Amino acid sequence: MNFNSQRNAYGETLVELGKENKDIVALEADLGKSTMSIKFQQAYPERYFEMGIAEQNMASVAAGLACCGKIPFISSFAVFASGRAFDQIRQTISIGKLNVKICGSSSGLSDFGDGATHQDVEDLAIMRAIPNMTVLCPMDGNEAANAVKAMAEHQGPCYLRVNRASYDSITPEDKPFVIGQPIVMREGTDVVVFACGIMVLKALEAAEALKDEISVKVVNVSTLKPLNDEMIISLAKGCKGVVTAEEHNVLGGLGGAVAEALRRQCMPIEFIGVKDKFGCSAHNYDDLLNAYGLTAHSIVNAVRSIVG
Amino acid sequence: MKYDSELVSKLNSMANQLRRDVIEMMGVGVAGHIGGSFSSAEMVAALYFHKMRYDAKNPRMAGRDRFLLSKGHVAVLQYAAMAEAGFFPKEELDHCKELGAMLQGHPDILKTPGVEAGTGSLGQGLSIGLGMALGERLNGTDSKVYVLMGDGEIAEGQIWEAAMAAANFKTTNLIGIVDNNAFQATGSIKERMDSGDLAAKWAAFGWRVIEIDGHCMDQVLDALDKADETVDQPTLILMHTVKGKGLSFAENTAAFHNGILTEETYAQALKELA
Repeated sequence: MNFNSQRNAYGETLVELGKENKDIVALEADLGKSTMSIKFQQAYPERYFEMGIAEQNMASVAAGLACCGKIPFISSFAVFASGRAFDQIRQTISIGKLNVKICGSSSGLSDFGDGATHQDVEDLAIMRAIPNMTVLCPMDGNEAANAVKAMAEHQGPCYLRVNRASYDSITPEDKPFVIGQPIVMREGTDVVVFACGIMVLKALEAAEALKDEISVKVVNVSTLKPLNDEMIISLAKGCKGVVTAEEHNVLGGLGGAVAEALRRQCMPIEFIGVKDKFGCSAHNYDDLLNAYGLTAHSIVNAVRSIVG
Repeated sequence: MKYDSELVSKLNSMANQLRRDVIEMMGVGVAGHIGGSFSSAEMVAALYFHKMRYDAKNPRMAGRDRFLLSKGHVAVLQYAAMAEAGFFPKEELDHCKELGAMLQGHPDILKTPGVEAGTGSLGQGLSIGLGMALGERLNGTDSKVYVLMGDGEIAEGQIWEAAMAAANFKTTNLIGIVDNNAFQATGSIKERMDSGDLAAKWAAFGWRVIEIDGHCMDQVLDALDKADETVDQPTLILMHTVKGKGLSFAENTAAFHNGILTEETYAQALKELA
């Protein structure tokens, strides 16, 4: 199926997986119409648990279900999934390596109208810091669909970051998602941009804008953890520098992960992301992305600043 | 007395043995959770040595009953019971909390065979138990999930999220047990965070409440059997207990919530529990 949104991809793919695999169950905290887990409820009501507005209980209940051989997918807005239920995810799910899948939906600034309380700029940092956790951040609907399939196969706790916006996918429908595998989206030799989520699209736009001036390689790092350090190093080798681009705080997310991987390489790194501040309300998503500098233009400037 | 005196006597002896094991595990000069272990000893003895269906040599046996220690800080009590039941050699008790040991300060599902839930961050066990109750319902088994909570612990809001949800899902296979010993780490519950009328609270959340004297084995067994017959709702056994029960100087005090034994008190404890 070709998806024009990550959240639709999440809901539809769960339904598809649930058809074959009866161990898959879904839990929701009253946001199923936004996360699209409601599609699973419509298909398999007996394997869907509406937990009410109680994310902490939902996370621990999922742990119990996993102990009975189920593969629970829990979903909420990313800010609540990673924040409100942090201790439950840490204490029970992650210490015990339980097979619970966490979908952080409406992530980043993509819930543009709701403001700072609902927009999340720290989930990747939080989830990355938890031992045993796998952290995925797909770039579009098709990649999200394939990521859901990969996480269902993966044994152990896994966090999936899902964007709320609707836009066309460029990931081929049938491209399997390989956990831990960065994907080169565009070859280049002067500067490499490591990006995740919608910022991969901005990076491709930037590379195109710069094509007569600077050769820019664009890499989609849709697995933040485990990060393939060796591949990150080899992709950066020979370039004059690195730019990271993420719809997340510049602290602790993709920028931090890439900088950690490149700790023994002597090269400049520029971080494009939210500059350690909270989101705010806006009438549309693009206005908000522009206001926070999450644009192709910002990436162009960062690339130019490296080449000098 | 409703139950066979031989059974009651055997289980009471086991409760005493668990208390001795806890004291020996702690030794001298190291803090240990005597108070909350001793208040739950009869219940844990009744569950592991009479009520629950399990196979210590096959701890992941399908369709087993499960015991979750939501008040994970009294892990020593659960370890004593599990060692006596044969989940692992009793010698492991001597290495509890040592670097690299199978027995951690709080229950760990990866390190200790037979531990069903990682607990210790309080307030989470009932939710995990609810997940298991729902999972076993989907699996079509008749297995039961017993969750032991502290009365101080239930100040955690998540307990009440789980309480509300379990009533909603009508999980008759989930049995909550509150050890109402009236003390938390820093003092009496009434003085710290008065939890009020617990029976009324749980009933209002949709649970069948059975109130008992948690040190009367006959009542403990009766409550566990009654829970099997509950229809359309989960069961909460509210057991009134004495913190530190069985050890004169540890009874009804917060001092031995996590207390240290001296050479003298250690010897006295073993004497009193002989």
